[in-house]
Amino acid sequence: MAVITYREALKQALAEEIERDENVVILGEEVAQYNGAYKVTEGLWKQYGDDRLIDTPISEAGFIGMGIGAAMLGLRPVMELMFWSFAYVTYDQIVNNAGCIRYMSGGLINLPIVIRGPANAGTNVGATHSHTPENMLANMPGLKVVCPATAYDAKGLMKTAIRDNDPVMVMENTLLYGEKWEVPEEEYLIPLGLADVKREGSDITLIAHGRAVITCLKAADLLQAEHDIRAEVIDLRSIRPLDETTILSSVRKTHRALVVEENKPFCGVGAQIASMIQEQAFDDLDAPIGRISSIDAPAIYSPPVEKKQLPDAPRVIAKVLEIC
Amino acid sequence: MDTLTNSTAYADAAINKLLSSEDKIRFLRDMCRIRRFEQTSLKYYNLGKMGGFLHLYSGQEAVAVGTISLCGENDHIITAYRDHGHALAVGMGMNECMAELFGKATGCSKGKGGSMHFFAPERNYWGGHGIVGGQTPLGAGIAFALKHKGLRGCCLCYLGDGAINQGPFHESLNLAALFKLPVIYIIENNGYSMGTSQKRSSAFRDNLAQRAEAYNMAWDVFTGEDVYEVRAKTQIAIDRAHNESAPTLLEIQTYRYYGHSVADANAKKYRTPEEIEQYKTQHDPIRIWTQHLVNEGLITESEVEEIDREAKEETNEAVRFAEESPLPDESDIISDVYWEVDNQTEGAKHGRYFFNT
Repeated sequence: MAVITYREALKQALAEEIERDENVVILGEEVAQYNGAYKVTEGLWKQYGDDRLIDTPISEAGFIGMGIGAAMLGLRPVMELMFWSFAYVTYDQIVNNAGCIRYMSGGLINLPIVIRGPANAGTNVGATHSHTPENMLANMPGLKVVCPATAYDAKGLMKTAIRDNDPVMVMENTLLYGEKWEVPEEEYLIPLGLADVKREGSDITLIAHGRAVITCLKAADLLQAEHDIRAEVIDLRSIRPLDETTILSSVRKTHRALVVEENKPFCGVGAQIASMIQEQAFDDLDAPIGRISSIDAPAIYSPPVEKKQLPDAPRVIAKVLEIC
Repeated sequence: MDTLTNSTAYADAAINKLLSSEDKIRFLRDMCRIRRFEQTSLKYYNLGKMGGFLHLYSGQEAVAVGTISLCGENDHIITAYRDHGHALAVGMGMNECMAELFGKATGCSKGKGGSMHFFAPERNYWGGHGIVGGQTPLGAGIAFALKHKGLRGCCLCYLGDGAINQGPFHESLNLAALFKLPVIYIIENNGYSMGTSQKRSSAFRDNLAQRAEAYNMAWDVFTGEDVYEVRAKTQIAIDRAHNESAPTLLEIQTYRYYGHSVADANAKKYRTPEEIEQYKTQHDPIRIWTQHLVNEGLITESEVEEIDREAKEETNEAVRFAEESPLPDESDIISDVYWEVDNQTEGAKHGRYFFNT
């Protein structure tokens, strides 16, 4: 099986869908002639030309809204935000237009649009460029949110998102773009709303999404080697829809749960999951549900210190040892 | 509003020469229907039959009827929250519109959108948008899609004069000009950004449409009281969109008889009764159009009265329909959120979509 980067996997997904459906167009800042600010679209403009890859001005409210309007008429725009942090300047378009138009039209309109880009801290770009809005956008009924953690998931989820007839927000991670995983040559799709057990275990369930999954897998290795604790790692992959079944069946097996995310704690994804577990699997729990998030402040710039603001394996291990 | 004049010169424009007498009478009927619909809406709003806001179009009828009368198969329409006039002008039925105001399941949006959110995509009518200026990028997107599909069409994107200071509007103008999109932005300038007059809300030299100069975009400004003028001027922009795939910014000067919305507590404070009266007597689009038709010998005063009587009857029937219609069921609250869920597709098989406990 080929071993490719997360970035390459995304690009393959985009290229395959451009070839498959003439309604797929890619728009965003620097996506075409510049080859993508993070090179996710590298080479696609040369291959598919001006009709399919369109450089937009730095004008997020304008071009995201334009994509939504184009989706109303049946195009399948894939809109790149150079950073998901920039969603905040087009929040009205995403929430009120992408999120509400289907509902307010009584179901007459659907919006097959994908908005994608990196949503992560940890790259020393300061608070304005380090936001992780998956919780905020998953809070909006009408939107779907996915956060792939590996190249395999990135490709399969992106292809599904493009074919989906609702607005899908795909949140990637710049720290994962260069990481490599096995990805099959043949075509595959990953359904939304299906979590993946990335590592089986029996003593505690670690629930994560995005890069926090990688952190949990590292922690799980060390927990087994140094503490004889077998942690099960669940990668949510999709935040909304959310795979409640996989979470609950794991917790019923391990009787302990720790939710790990790179988001901030207040009203984070972990808050929703902890609430669901206590409500539906309370009697199966042998300990309170734990949560780990980024340290609750805007993203700090200082490079060595920012590493500490994000959840890391030692922090996960320490929390697991408290719970187990 | 002293810039408004009752000009008849535009009757001879080529696009107006094509009109049959039936077309001309239909325009009168459509304007009367909008006027009566709004009056009736106000009556039942005040009787407590509707919730929320109600932004009335009365006084502006010639703009929607005139511009939309020029639309063909691939021409599309999107507007802001003062959307009843455009809805009726594209051919939506009074019943579905009135039922929507009453919050009924038979409404055009099944009672889920309300006054500001009427939609009829099968009639190329894409809403009905509540956030000031928020629809303007969507208008560019509709035009983008038309161009991508190689269709000869355009998008008429309406906004109020209060929307021209919103960032997304300027972003839309830039995108439209940059990408050469067949979109026509139509500022329906009724002089007031809610309760703030144009002079107190916008910086401008001669007019608002002039801002298009900054984006190297064609523009025009004209009065919106005469259907002939509205059609003659708008057709130039439509031809530009169809033939050159180029955008235009139009400013159509008009007037609203009521406040910003029915909830506008100061509606009678920021404008003098004389100002409103002057518009109603000298610049009313229905009066002006009626005069044209009478002068052209196409209609008699009694036939005009008959048209108005029928419009009134139609609105009363729409009220009856709305009153008798069922409310949406509580279970309807969570339908029409996701297409994949509503259609029970393979894609919606996994995961939880709704988080009610």
